[in-house]
Amino acid sequence: MKDKIKLQSARSSVRSISDHLATGLAILATILVVAPLIAIFVYLVYKGASSLNLAFFTETPKPEGEAGGGMANAIVGSAVLLGIASLMGIPVGIGGGIYLAEFGRGTRLANAIRFTADVLNGVPSIVMGIAAYSLVVVPQHHFSAFSGGVALGIMMIPTVTRTTEEMLLMVPNSVREAALGLGVPGWRSVLSITLKTASPGVITGCMLAFARVAGETAPLIFTALGNQFWSVSLNQPIAALPLQIYIYAISPYEDQHRLAWAGALVLIALIVTAVALVRFVASRGILKGAS
Amino acid sequence: MRKLESHAEPSDGGVPAKSSSVAPGSQRPSPPVSEIRRYLLARGNSALADGLFKGVMTTCAISIFAIVGLIAIELILQSQLTWHKFGLSFFYKLNIDPDTHLPVFWDPVNGIFYALPFLYGTLVSSLVALIIAVPLAIGVAIFLTEMCPGFLRAPLSFLTELLAAIPSVVYGLWAIFVLVPLLREHISPIFIGAFSYPPVVKLFGWTGLVGDDGLFGGPNLGLGLLAAGTILAIMILPIIASLTREVMTAVPRSQREAVLALGATRWEMIRMGVLRNARIGIVGSIILGLGRALGETMAVAMVIGNSPEIHRSLLSTGHSMASVIANEFSEATSDLHRSALVEIGLALFVVTIIVNALARMLVWAVTRGTPARVQ
Repeated sequence: MKDKIKLQSARSSVRSISDHLATGLAILATILVVAPLIAIFVYLVYKGASSLNLAFFTETPKPEGEAGGGMANAIVGSAVLLGIASLMGIPVGIGGGIYLAEFGRGTRLANAIRFTADVLNGVPSIVMGIAAYSLVVVPQHHFSAFSGGVALGIMMIPTVTRTTEEMLLMVPNSVREAALGLGVPGWRSVLSITLKTASPGVITGCMLAFARVAGETAPLIFTALGNQFWSVSLNQPIAALPLQIYIYAISPYEDQHRLAWAGALVLIALIVTAVALVRFVASRGILKGAS
Repeated sequence: MRKLESHAEPSDGGVPAKSSSVAPGSQRPSPPVSEIRRYLLARGNSALADGLFKGVMTTCAISIFAIVGLIAIELILQSQLTWHKFGLSFFYKLNIDPDTHLPVFWDPVNGIFYALPFLYGTLVSSLVALIIAVPLAIGVAIFLTEMCPGFLRAPLSFLTELLAAIPSVVYGLWAIFVLVPLLREHISPIFIGAFSYPPVVKLFGWTGLVGDDGLFGGPNLGLGLLAAGTILAIMILPIIASLTREVMTAVPRSQREAVLALGATRWEMIRMGVLRNARIGIVGSIILGLGRALGETMAVAMVIGNSPEIHRSLLSTGHSMASVIANEFSEATSDLHRSALVEIGLALFVVTIIVNALARMLVWAVTRGTPARVQ
């Protein structure tokens, strides 16, 4: 009898010890994960802010080994590339989302498209670069800003499509029926009523896709190529912020490392602003809570 | 009149927006089109405009097919040259130079292209990443779903969201200037010491993993497979953690309560009630993380050391499939060289499609039934 009680209390203490141990390990794991992440952020802000100055935003890169210079052309180049990408990716993406939510509900084609979009989302960005290279650069016979924009635009499509679809599905059918009942044509009711109702969510999707491709480097290496000089022509190689960070990071010059850090900070600031904007828009719209 | 019911979605109160790419299972069942709507659509005189609109939207949707198809066709066409020259041996042949008796895999000058070192580098760096990331990610997910005090949850989830938004090139920049020196000076020496400690060598010498030509032998440069694996681990951690968390919250609360009611401690409740129910989904999220690690380019290219060789040591430099494309494609010297790189890209494309499809099916299998959120 006594032995049994002893055994039981021993077992329960083993159980409670393992419980505490598991709790401790989970907390330790969280600390181990959060600490380097905060370290990355702090280091980035510290290094970036100390290297940032006005010249960074106004000057083009200096020749190698020379101090000073900035990334004005890369910032503008990134804007051009992202502009092309958005012009391509967002309309096609929203169109695809409208098809999935309004016309293709439950059909086999829609399911196949949904799956293909998910597949496309998982394709490595470097493979997108090869695709854009062989689809645009090879026929054109030269690297160009346009081909870089195409690569980024293709990468935006699946994200935009899937969020648009999910948001449109959330619009109640009664809203659509009310619009049709007032005599609005079908296409108009989709554009002005359904899409407009879901617009905060759709905008969120677009911004997320934008933030994702804003930092992409791999597809630009052999499409946009990069450019040390000022250029906004779509037919010429163009500089881009992530590309310039990459080139400077692996260069041997101290001063270029400094510029790389500054560029990284500017890039992160751009992306975080986009993400914060998304949270703001998403928290205000009518889809609040339901999204 | 049942069909006229509105199909408004019930608001489930402050649930954060889920990323669209995460769970196809979160799709709501599509409500049927009501009779009234069908009548209203058929009645109007805008049939032409409607048809046109539908056509344009369908074209947009089908273009997604077209894009994936075009990518596949282009990759296959552009890699024909290598395929005809080397065949399948491109991926597995251990090519030994007859003169020096040393392995030569990748020599653009002499037209020798075998992809084995890149497969090896990709696999090893991804495995190192998973070994580091998976226990930590599951620990974080357990902490966030089962233990975390409410005031910490929002900042932690915001932090993970931010991390997912940091571009790969910035991780690479950080890795070059912070992680690599840290590994070289502080972390690798510990492993080198442990793996060359005489009793350890004596005990495990037969595995070939310890000692001077073991996992931590050779020169300690900082750059190499270990550095690539570590930065990959940091990059895939948020993905695995947030997906695992999602799968764990999908486990119904009644499961937890049932186990607790039997007198289980919290850890037993997590082990039996949560982890066991969520295991398929957790495996799915790990595979999704793996898919991400396999295709990751920039951060790896910046720290892996870029040498097409195979060494047993994790401290040695290597090359991954994605990094060799990033490094050599724009200055490929010959058509054969370029087509060999495209073939590596094709392999990457196929592998990531398989991995992603597998992972999505697993995650979907778990989150499909119960969108019920705990807490």
